[in-house]
Amino acid sequence: MVISQSLRDNPRLDRWLRFEPDRTVRVATGKVELGQGILTALAQIAAEELDLRVDQIRIMSGDSVEGPGEGYTASSWSVEHSGSAIRAVSAEVRALALARAALRLNAAPEELSVLEGEFLRDGTATGLDYWHVAPDIDLSAEATGAVAPKPVAEHRIVGRDIPRLDLAAKLTGSGFIQDIDMPGMLHARTLRQPGRGATLLLLDKDAIRRAAGDGVLIVRRENFVALAGEDETAVRKAATAAAGAAVWDRPRRLGPEQAGAGWIATQPSHDRHIGDPMPESDGGRVSMRFSRPFLSHGSIAPSCALALWQDGLLSVWSHAQGMHPLRANIAATLRLPVEKVACHHAQGAGCYGHNGADDAALDAALVAMELPGKPIRLCWSREEEFGYEPLSSAMAVEVHASVGTDGRPVGWTTEIWSAAHGQRPGVGGAYLLAADALETPPPERKPFDIPEERGGGATRNAIPLYDIAAKGIDFHLVHDVPVRTSSLRGLGATLNVFAIEGLMDELSARAGEDPLAYRLSLLTDPRARAVLERVGDMARWSERDPGGAGRGTGIALARYKNASAYAAIVAAVEVGEAVRVTDVWCAVDAGLVINPDGVANQVEGNMIQAISWALIEESRFGEDGVASLDWQTYPVIRFRDIPEIRVELVDASAHDPLGVGECAGGPAAAAIGNAVAHALGTRIRDMPMTRERIIEALMRGS
Amino acid sequence: MSKHLTMTVNGHVHEIDTAGTTPLLDVLRNHLGQKGSRYGCGLEQCGACMVLVDGETVYSCSREAGSLQGRSILTVEGLGAPGALHPLQQAFLDEQAGQCGYCLSGMLMAAKALLDRNPSPTRAEIVEALDPNVCRCGSHPRILRAVARAAAVLRSGAGDGH
Ligand code: FES
Ligand code: FES
Repeated sequence: MVISQSLRDNPRLDRWLRFEPDRTVRVATGKVELGQGILTALAQIAAEELDLRVDQIRIMSGDSVEGPGEGYTASSWSVEHSGSAIRAVSAEVRALALARAALRLNAAPEELSVLEGEFLRDGTATGLDYWHVAPDIDLSAEATGAVAPKPVAEHRIVGRDIPRLDLAAKLTGSGFIQDIDMPGMLHARTLRQPGRGATLLLLDKDAIRRAAGDGVLIVRRENFVALAGEDETAVRKAATAAAGAAVWDRPRRLGPEQAGAGWIATQPSHDRHIGDPMPESDGGRVSMRFSRPFLSHGSIAPSCALALWQDGLLSVWSHAQGMHPLRANIAATLRLPVEKVACHHAQGAGCYGHNGADDAALDAALVAMELPGKPIRLCWSREEEFGYEPLSSAMAVEVHASVGTDGRPVGWTTEIWSAAHGQRPGVGGAYLLAADALETPPPERKPFDIPEERGGGATRNAIPLYDIAAKGIDFHLVHDVPVRTSSLRGLGATLNVFAIEGLMDELSARAGEDPLAYRLSLLTDPRARAVLERVGDMARWSERDPGGAGRGTGIALARYKNASAYAAIVAAVEVGEAVRVTDVWCAVDAGLVINPDGVANQVEGNMIQAISWALIEESRFGEDGVASLDWQTYPVIRFRDIPEIRVELVDASAHDPLGVGECAGGPAAAAIGNAVAHALGTRIRDMPMTRERIIEALMRGS
Repeated sequence: MSKHLTMTVNGHVHEIDTAGTTPLLDVLRNHLGQKGSRYGCGLEQCGACMVLVDGETVYSCSREAGSLQGRSILTVEGLGAPGALHPLQQAFLDEQAGQCGYCLSGMLMAAKALLDRNPSPTRAEIVEALDPNVCRCGSHPRILRAVARAAAVLRSGAGDGH
């Protein structure tokens, strides 16, 4: 069996697995729970290979000291990377334990089997279990990858709807980082530096004390300021007062126009061509331009972190997506040796990518360093989260197809203008927010985007899945944008798929063919065909209305990163003053599925978020910074706009498991775009598809 | 100005000394150590902090403690506990209604208020009652199913005692 990257990076068995005295097995992962159910899936994989019950597994997640380093929990890699490492390690440890047991019992290993951790000999109990032989197994050895995992046909736990391990706590009022309380803990809030380079000229401390009382400490290091105290209410008041009591030199200035995709597309850029050159053809060339605005992650909980600086050791608790990278980043910023920093993951609200979580952790660490021995719980405000988290870049995408005489594309170029999507701290010169406020800020962030071999950033899913002779990308990576940009669920895929699938519909109309049949005529990949055909059946595509008169149905397809899960989606809409999505059908191929209901849950959530992106969301800028700072100025979808949703999984258990958390966003937005075009007879090419854009499109169309 | 207040939280009477302007959410989380009600916005816009005051939904992030003298407050901790779940919590578990789960305390309380006044809500009525509550993960369809399921359980009498 192949050794996964995670296992190559952390080859020792004991990094992953340990037998505990309470007769459980501790399984460690570098990946963390973000609400996607990953810990449940990983526990299922371990229990399956070790022949244990799920409740005999205890998952330790995101521990930068003891656990494996697996980078960030991102890009839907967790099941593929951590899952395959845990599968391999579990299979190997089971084999080692079985060999020891065979020696002790004077039996041949083939005579033995394992049931809930106990060894059976020809089906009868031997009185021996994993924990008896554990002291004889050398878990400091490196994994060899030599033991084959169980065949799929023997799975009893993988493939079943095991309930989420963390949900019961979250339904009874616990389970979150926000709930951690430590003796002597101080609450803290920041006074944010209004942009890199801004310097604090004056801070009226008396004004802060008048507003919040004397119990609040004002912590300052260069241009980093925080308020801390025992009483959270007072600290919050102090933070509000501080904003009015500070005078800054050179705060950042933004223009509302900079928030548009149109502005992005006119900025200086690094230009790069990827893939095939565009051929000319007899049937002519068709081009169409699409856009989307800046988007916020909009986590329902503002970022939160705890930190304690004691005896020369900095301990940090964070809900960020990678504890090993966080440890390295905090150590670098504070100039501490890495072994003096320990980062522990504690669960937070969904983040959907790189939001303020990592930055809040540095904030808490900075306050803790100023107040040794005091546990600090630092929480961002709602406004701070919307205003200072990295945004997902606005993008413009122009898709060009060179069409053959049979009406099918022979060449395709996706042309992209975007700022970077891959600026996680520690990657490509990016760093944590408050580093800008310290004595010697790091060199300015260089625009860096994720390379195509790792799925791409802005270029993610820019190559269509269809059989087209020449496919390429023209990428304009815009460098100077006035806000930090980074990864939001799906990255560039959302607009790329929206654009590609939009043009596919236009091409099928030009050819006078049904959009589903037209797509199938360009697809030989049997898995892609299967999801399309399945969703066609689910939605009764063959009985589709003619469209127009304000009702429409649209279809779209993508394979996430062209390498992960496949999703085909049909959306039905009604368009009046606004677009209303009434039904969504989705067929998914995620390879071998660990937890079918968990997959469905993720796919449903991803589609609902995509409806919100497609119809509502847009981060706007004002003079002083981001202007969409609350749920009124950055509305997201609510119950009244939730359609009927049906998700089906196509059986593909012969294939490796694939991550699903991001597979449905692009195709959902695209299916809605196509449904709106079907309803109106003219296409809206810009997200969000608002009332104004409906009117514009109708005027253009008539 | 510190004030002496008496309020009932989840059936227990508490004496609290705090400024009258302290938000109920801070009283619950920091004075009483009941962390189940959550901070999301502090602006009455998301519902993460929702609790019931004398049976009515209230945004605890914005309701001042001083206005709660003698009132009775119910939070998610009072709804049910591990091993003794309220039918709503059980239904959310049965439907696996949640992803990150941060919105769920507020959702449960909004649903509790609804079912108390309307034991047989239609889908549209559930939607209307939960619309003030944001779920950013997109767990809405499952939450709607869970509330309908809990309503059916409660109507059948299986949820006696709550
Ligand atoms: S925290 Fe109270 S409504 Fe958002
Ligand atoms: S489950 Fe995450 S916000 Fe609702």
